[in-house]
Amino acid sequence: MIRVAALAGALLVWALVAYGNLALEVMNPVLLPTPGEVGALAAVQIRDGSLAHHLAVSALRIVEGFGLAAAAALALGLLVAVYTPARLALEPVIEFVRPIPPLAFLPMFLVWFGLGETSKVAFIAYTTFFPMFVGTGASLLRVDVMLLRAAASLGASRRDLLRRVVLPAALPGIVVALRLGFGLAIFVIVGAEFMGADAGLGNLIMEGRVFFNPAQIVMGALLLGALGSLVNALLLMTERRVLRGRALP
Amino acid sequence: MSPAGVGGARVRVEGVHKAFALDGRSTPALVDINLEVQAGELLCLLGPSGCGKSTLLNIVAGFLPPTRGRVLVDATPITGPGPERGVVFQEYVLFPWLTVAQNVEFGPRLAGVEAARCREIAARYLDMVGLREHATKFPVQLSGGMKQRVAIARALANNPSIVLMDEPFGALDAQTREVMQEELSRIQRVEHKTIVFVTHSIREAVYLADRLVVLTSAPGRIREIFSIKLGEARDRFAPEFTRYESEITRVVKEEVAKVRE
Repeated sequence: MIRVAALAGALLVWALVAYGNLALEVMNPVLLPTPGEVGALAAVQIRDGSLAHHLAVSALRIVEGFGLAAAAALALGLLVAVYTPARLALEPVIEFVRPIPPLAFLPMFLVWFGLGETSKVAFIAYTTFFPMFVGTGASLLRVDVMLLRAAASLGASRRDLLRRVVLPAALPGIVVALRLGFGLAIFVIVGAEFMGADAGLGNLIMEGRVFFNPAQIVMGALLLGALGSLVNALLLMTERRVLRGRALP
Repeated sequence: MSPAGVGGARVRVEGVHKAFALDGRSTPALVDINLEVQAGELLCLLGPSGCGKSTLLNIVAGFLPPTRGRVLVDATPITGPGPERGVVFQEYVLFPWLTVAQNVEFGPRLAGVEAARCREIAARYLDMVGLREHATKFPVQLSGGMKQRVAIARALANNPSIVLMDEPFGALDAQTREVMQEELSRIQRVEHKTIVFVTHSIREAVYLADRLVVLTSAPGRIREIFSIKLGEARDRFAPEFTRYESEITRVVKEEVAKVRE
């Protein structure tokens, strides 16, 4: 209830500011689109199907890039957690590459993977891999040694320990890492689509800029927010199911 | 696994030394420990804090290797943790993602016992510790005393011949603690496990122990071994109980005083 009210409140503030500006002309009203203008634009683009197309294109890129990165982060995180030489070899390389802002490499991705889908998917995968790898690796490595002792004294083999203790114990941390990765995917898709894309929410925003249509920019941004919070809500729901018993009901 | 689920094994600690590296120097924690725990005996390890009693238990559990010496279960030297040595920890260490019943079934499941039989075993041991109606709860929903009961049920359900208990009631309030001591002593009269029980409470040790080993202050050596001849169902207010208590208190106080010097 509070959540719905808060969202409605935010919308109200936007409406007050925008319509207030329309009446008082503090700045050129074109620069501050009203909810009505954005809604009307959305209605047009929903009717001609272009909005759905942009949304679908971006969503597919995010899902593919994020999925690839999540799979790689889980596999390498597990490897690093169970095999110390792999950790010692991988850590310095990853810690060197990780702090480089991925946007610095975006032009290279376009050169290497072309202007098509591959470069966007690869770029999202590259960007989201690092936080997810660090998160999964750390949660797998930081499993309480007492839990391992308890299981070992109940007869657990190395394989049992991994499957029945390390993985379930690390799961909360892994879920958080996936949520962070997904948030980042939505963040960088825009950048990837700014450069050389013919569809997608980033492209929609870029088009709004090029053709001077602030309403379209705002609409694109709102859609990204909606997409992000929708997926976050889904992940939170999964998290709660997975983590039942971890917190007080 | 013996079918009856009752009875213990003998534990022998032979010439165990343990040293830890501290600031690059090797610091002795345990010196020349020789000890034999009889099958079905409840042996308490008592001593001032930091004397190495938990270290000794961790060595017997197989969590830590001794620097020198060895530990044998019946005639077999141990090389690591094993299901014949169940462990009950002070902080319970239940698996938080499993229900109470699933925690208790953990050992039997690993051993490949079929699901229906596992449920029977879990029900039996949860009955024994009085938690049957809490079987489907998660550990986080239980009080400290209840968690420790689950931990005891989990250790016993795996049918170990030896149970190692590291200050298991140390985190509980005084009343719960006495209730748990009474339950353990009642369970032991049925199960006859070999139990090594670490505590710093003299009252607790006199209440539970067949024999009671007092360790010196660090580095831990065996100071004295007492046989507690009070029989079953002990009365904490009986004069003989108090006599043991005061005699052992005197010995432990001497060791505590050494730390202060």
